[in-house]
Amino acid sequence: MSAPAQVSAAPARRFSGRSKRVLPGFGLSLGISLFFVSLVLLLPLSGLVVETSGMTWDQFWFTITDPRVVESYKVTLWTALAASLFNGVFGLLLAWVLVRYDFPGKRILDAFVDLPFALPTAVAGITLATLFAQNGWYGQWLAKLGIEVAFTPLGIVVAMAFTSIPFVVRTVQPVLEELSPADEEAAVSLGASDGRVFRKVIFPSLWPALVTGIALSFTRSLGEFGAIIFIAGNTPYVSEVTSLMVFIRLQEYDYAAASAIASVVLLASLVLLFSINLWQGRYLRRLEGR
Amino acid sequence: MSITIDQISKTFGRFQALKDVSLEIPEGKLTALLGPSGSGKTTLLRIIAGLESSDSGRILFGGDDVSNLHVRDRNIGFVFQHYALFRHLTVAENIAFGLESLPRKQRPTKSEIRQRVAKLLEMIQLPQLAGRYPAQLSGGQKQRVALARALATQPRILLLDEPFGALDAKVRKDLRRWLRALHDEFHFTSIFVTHDQEEALELSDQVVVMSQGQVEQVNEPTDLYARPESRFVFDFLGHVNVVSGVVKHHKLVQGDAWVSLPGQKSDQEAQLYLRPHEVHLARAPAIHARLPLRIEAISLIGSEVRIELVPVGWNSDEIWEVGMSHNEFARHNPSRGELWYAVPDIGHLFVADSAQPRSVDWAYTTAANASNM
Amino acid sequence: MAAEHHRVGDQPWVRRLLIGTAVLVSLVLLVIPVVVIFFQALSAGWSTFTGNVLDQFTLHAIGLTLLVAALTVPLNLIFGTALAWAVTRFRFPGRKLLVTLIDIPFAVSPVIAGLLYLLLYGRNGWLGGWLATHDVQLMFAWPGIVMVTVFVTCPFVARELIPLMQQQGSEEEEAGVVLGASGWRIFRKITLPNIKWALIYGVVLTNARAVGEFGAVSVVSGNIRGETNTLPLHVELLYQDYNVVGAFASAALLATIAILTLVVKAFVEWRQSRPTILTPEKGGV
Repeated sequence: MSAPAQVSAAPARRFSGRSKRVLPGFGLSLGISLFFVSLVLLLPLSGLVVETSGMTWDQFWFTITDPRVVESYKVTLWTALAASLFNGVFGLLLAWVLVRYDFPGKRILDAFVDLPFALPTAVAGITLATLFAQNGWYGQWLAKLGIEVAFTPLGIVVAMAFTSIPFVVRTVQPVLEELSPADEEAAVSLGASDGRVFRKVIFPSLWPALVTGIALSFTRSLGEFGAIIFIAGNTPYVSEVTSLMVFIRLQEYDYAAASAIASVVLLASLVLLFSINLWQGRYLRRLEGR
Repeated sequence: MSITIDQISKTFGRFQALKDVSLEIPEGKLTALLGPSGSGKTTLLRIIAGLESSDSGRILFGGDDVSNLHVRDRNIGFVFQHYALFRHLTVAENIAFGLESLPRKQRPTKSEIRQRVAKLLEMIQLPQLAGRYPAQLSGGQKQRVALARALATQPRILLLDEPFGALDAKVRKDLRRWLRALHDEFHFTSIFVTHDQEEALELSDQVVVMSQGQVEQVNEPTDLYARPESRFVFDFLGHVNVVSGVVKHHKLVQGDAWVSLPGQKSDQEAQLYLRPHEVHLARAPAIHARLPLRIEAISLIGSEVRIELVPVGWNSDEIWEVGMSHNEFARHNPSRGELWYAVPDIGHLFVADSAQPRSVDWAYTTAANASNM
Repeated sequence: MAAEHHRVGDQPWVRRLLIGTAVLVSLVLLVIPVVVIFFQALSAGWSTFTGNVLDQFTLHAIGLTLLVAALTVPLNLIFGTALAWAVTRFRFPGRKLLVTLIDIPFAVSPVIAGLLYLLLYGRNGWLGGWLATHDVQLMFAWPGIVMVTVFVTCPFVARELIPLMQQQGSEEEEAGVVLGASGWRIFRKITLPNIKWALIYGVVLTNARAVGEFGAVSVVSGNIRGETNTLPLHVELLYQDYNVVGAFASAALLATIAILTLVVKAFVEWRQSRPTILTPEKGGV
């Protein structure tokens, strides 16, 4: 009823319902979308539910509170937090420089921001591991300062920061571009200092995008795997991230344990994802008066 | 082809866009749907086109029910508010699009299409722009291309959504005249949506005034202006001067102002509506009215002098406007700050309990009084 | 002094400091790593590099990776386009939920994505068990790799198209319908040219991720050298074998694809900004 059959070409098609759609392809496009979403996204989630529901609550609790696993939550959380905060600062700087200033090589720099999205994580992993190794280009200098990055949790921060930096730059950039110069000029002409104008005029319109970018960066870091395992050293209780714990349980063919840990991570990421979407929707509505 | 709109209703969520609208659009005429934004005029146009479906009611083209006919098969021409030209096709390809979309049996040959497009380009006076893309055209040119594209398949009904809304004043006037000429030549049934009363009155054969999802009044432009049937139409069409007060002893009274209303019941709240040309100014009050006003501004531009005044000793929500010929102006030479009296010739009285106005004519009284001015 | 500077951060020393810091950090974090990849790959000479690339296992990994991309990209192209069309051209209940759902692969760890598929289609899974009785093995074989790659890359095309199609609105398509065009003709003549560049970029992104996916693939592949090893898995395998130069040779191939992706993106952005550069002709209405 809802979709005019855009395949048939009979002249003067008549529709019985009033809810006819003007544009063609509603049934077809929604059908494909729903089929795909169900088959590719939702059906596999059911596997996890089946697997974890086969466990008793005690087994489940025991698995997800295993000290080594708990330690991995802690490591993952603080490294992801450190990485996304670093990206908050550096991503803002990069976005600011790309929007506000002109300098030679700007377009190349702009293009390079997306590199972490395009570069396979395994490649990023071995490259960072090589650079930060004791004899690597960066590692040997850092060693002199007594800083060890490779095979320590610091390496995890580096890998996470690398893979998720574009999130902050690309969410902040458009907002910076749309900032009206007039407000700023007005404030400056009233004699406010640059720092004050930034805090009072620019930052208030910027922070929602910045928070979104940092949150996206954090979510991505929580799940990162490929880039991390090469540089982390993967020492139990020290530098194991949670996605590696899932991987290890899988290699031990302990599917139930892997599923239990995975369900914790999955729940956290989905809650984060939905909150970001809700928050974004709300603040966009406020900004655009929708 | 005439169009019948039969008890159409439409809601968007909780907002009722159209409430049981019935309307007759005569064949071969140019009809304007006039109203403020949110009055439902665009929704009605889109329902006639089939771009929107109504919740209830029917649309008939020349007596045939087309309510359930898909837009594609209604054979109408539609000009979108922002033209909706295909940005990746040239002007000629845009115009040819409808012809090339016809079912194979009805589709003209390639060379016929080329000829038709050439003729349409001739008609819109843009043959030199056939190879341009929409982004390379000015607003007025886009508008003409959109019209040519809508007319290419020779529809019997042409619908236009705010056709001149996005153009500047000069271009708008030219295009208006051109559209009128085009309509007079081809005589399709046309409906256009506008919020500009001047445009509606100047261009159309019939004006449908809409407000809050309902039809307020349908009339020819001259009748509509002379005899508005409701407060809304009065307010919406041109400027109006209002005396609002209470009727006492056959007089409408407010503060220091009064207007005599022979035969009107007492103790009623009432508003007297007066068009700028239905009032003249005098140095002293008339026998039938005392409306003291002070001149605030004088505008000499145009065929008539426009004088803006504020009430003295009584109140009006809006500023008063009175027209005066340049001749008279030279004779009486009113100036800013002076106290004058407005003398109504014809008025329209709205009483609290009735939606329709009563016309009041003081012609005899003024004639008897021998004009002050 | 004060009269010259109008916007925050316009003073020369602030500019220089900020640009300098940004460029320096970008060099360290983004540019030098890419240089290192090629430097390492070629560190033992050109012939070693070509030898590494032409190694039979590497060639097989390249072939499998290309197969995965060749199957994944068209599937997600169809899905992404259909989804973008449905959610930007129609209003229906659940529309917003659908848009949120397709972000799931962005939020889910690739390892967990692999796990989800393993649980469902693996030998012990409720669907996999049934498939096994019919002698169909999806996991630890190339179909499984394709399946998880489709999962991981399914948002890219839709994510590129939805904002663009929303912003363009559906007036042009409506005009097409009024003019009597069929659905297919509207899509081909009106919609497709309007979204062409975003579509290309979506495809390129999907391709880059499909070629480079590691976590999800490593869970379901079984890492059988010469059978279910994709290029990123091959990189890992060589790296764990302490064949660093070999690992970086394969990594260099993947990095090249990444750089090409960035080039396409820059080109697409340039193309999309072009129509606005055209100045409308003056004169005659």
